[in-house]
Amino acid sequence: MRPARLIKVALKSIIKNKMRTLLTMLGIIIGVGAVIVMVAVGEGAQSQIADQIQNLGTNMLVITPGSSNAGGVSQGSGSFNRLKDTDAEKIRNESAFVAGVSPVIFTRTQLVGGNGNWRSTVHGVSIDYPVIRNWELTSGRFFDATEQRMGKKVIVLGATIAENLFPNQDPVGQRVLVRNIPVEIIGVLAKKGQTPEGNDQDDVALAPFLTVQRRLSNFTFIRQILANTYSSEDIASAQEELKLIMRESHGLADWEADDFEIKNQDQLSEAAQGTTEVMTMLLAAIASISLLVGGIGIMNIMLVSVTERTREIGIRMAIGARGSDVLTQFLIESIVMSIFGGAIGVAIGLGGSKLLASFTGWNTVVSPDIIFIALVFSAGVGIFFGFYPARKAASLNPIDALRFE
Amino acid sequence: MNDTKPVVEVKSIRKTYVMGKTEVHALRGVDLTINQGELIAIMGTSGSGKSTLMNIIGGLDYPTSGSYFLDGIEVNKLGKNALADIRNQKIGFVFQGFNLLARTSAAENVELPLLYDRTHKIKNYRKAAIDSLTLVGLGDRTDHHPNELSGGQQQRVAIARALVTNPSLILADEPTGNLDSRTTVEVMQLFQELNEKGITIILVTHEDEVSRYAKRIVELRDGQIIKDVVRKPDSAIDDLKRLIKRQAIERDESELTV
Repeated sequence: MRPARLIKVALKSIIKNKMRTLLTMLGIIIGVGAVIVMVAVGEGAQSQIADQIQNLGTNMLVITPGSSNAGGVSQGSGSFNRLKDTDAEKIRNESAFVAGVSPVIFTRTQLVGGNGNWRSTVHGVSIDYPVIRNWELTSGRFFDATEQRMGKKVIVLGATIAENLFPNQDPVGQRVLVRNIPVEIIGVLAKKGQTPEGNDQDDVALAPFLTVQRRLSNFTFIRQILANTYSSEDIASAQEELKLIMRESHGLADWEADDFEIKNQDQLSEAAQGTTEVMTMLLAAIASISLLVGGIGIMNIMLVSVTERTREIGIRMAIGARGSDVLTQFLIESIVMSIFGGAIGVAIGLGGSKLLASFTGWNTVVSPDIIFIALVFSAGVGIFFGFYPARKAASLNPIDALRFE
Repeated sequence: MNDTKPVVEVKSIRKTYVMGKTEVHALRGVDLTINQGELIAIMGTSGSGKSTLMNIIGGLDYPTSGSYFLDGIEVNKLGKNALADIRNQKIGFVFQGFNLLARTSAAENVELPLLYDRTHKIKNYRKAAIDSLTLVGLGDRTDHHPNELSGGQQQRVAIARALVTNPSLILADEPTGNLDSRTTVEVMQLFQELNEKGITIILVTHEDEVSRYAKRIVELRDGQIIKDVVRKPDSAIDDLKRLIKRQAIERDESELTV
């Protein structure tokens, strides 16, 4: 019997028993739909994190203190901070790939002015900082090179501080007290939202590096150095170059390990996505169980169907169907049903993800990969769980099958 | 009869079933030759072995010993798949319970054996099915489903299905068991008509109602042939005319009494 004929026979049998077909497919529909929605939620969360990290800046590299290694015992990252503003200076002077560089130092302190006071973080940065972070100002201006060199008492407020200390007014030109030192507000930053960790990026004030280091914190070592490249193609080369400059700046011998870390934004987002990846896997695993249950449902109904259709099988065999014909017919029936069910499940998964996104505001992403995997998997379920009932049908004795009431 | 070739040649066939510790001898050495163009009734009470003989002749079962030739092919030596092909090509089954597929039109039911025809000798399934249905007088019922047809019509569909592959042999197992007496005569008339066209037909039955239309009667008892007679069959068409006439008279009388 030709395969096309067999598929036709199987399709006819499926169409003739609509209720049975629907019940059989239901498990697969729900299973595939659940897998797709769950993975969409997980991948949505991941892509949101990636977006947030990309939002940190443009073509950005982050240098942080590395781990110290005392007698073979690693103290962990940041345990040995030798990062200095001179490193940033050296990068600015020597690097060919880096467009801008900024040391970052910060101190938590109380800001007093306008409506009252507000506890926040004051960052000491360079004039390149707003370019590196791709951060606009809504009012006023950023400090210039002269103010930076002189360590002038000027400050640019983040949106959150501005709103709290100076609601409904432009704070530019006014003063705030930082550690009892009056500082002039010269600008207000645009809103940037939250970091992947959920911190408010706008609850910050920026001042020239020298101002913060000399007048506010007195730290010698700095928390990080930010740099950016001219284009995204330069990132890898810049990373290599910065490594050499930093090693030279720190006077490391060849056998000594790096005492700093350089990460680009992709590496940062990979690290941040680790946990959501685990969450996605977990969600997918839970949903897969329902797919498995759906498969068992198919086997269940197919087994019942073989018993119910014993007479039909007997007739088919009496008029010349081989065992293999019957086996193939039943196998095709279960595969077709599970693929159809899978397709409907994909449609429901797509709709469900959209619906969930619009109700909860979560970011959901359905990748073509998962649709493909879901369809292949449901076909596999059809073959795996359809085989036993099909073989049972094929091994029936036509005489007994015809006599079956 | 000497110039006709044998369709069925059964030689000293035995069939023994083992049920638990006891052996049941369903057939104890049966010899039977059926020539082309015969209309033969195999009779016997239940337990006589006629169903077993039918299953073996129909290629549904293997004999324990002996040999069976169908159209010169030694069927008892064939494997399961080859046997399925023999059933498909050379044998047309007609069952007591019609055994049509539900929710499937008459034409689709008749097409069914063609789906399993590996020789692909018939290309246009639908045309073959309609021709076959026309032959049994149901050319106008091709799209009807079994539940829309009377018992007699359903059995005609089953006969059309048996005929569609042009088999060497029609094997009818209690073909009128589920039919009333009028329909029985109608179906038997169809068998006689087909037989006159040269089709070999075996009727397996325990009813004299059926066997009296056969040209030859073989009777089995306890797994052996005890009677094998060639006779002049009753004419089903004459009986049918008589029946119709009598029913017409009865109807007239009942109308008069009202």
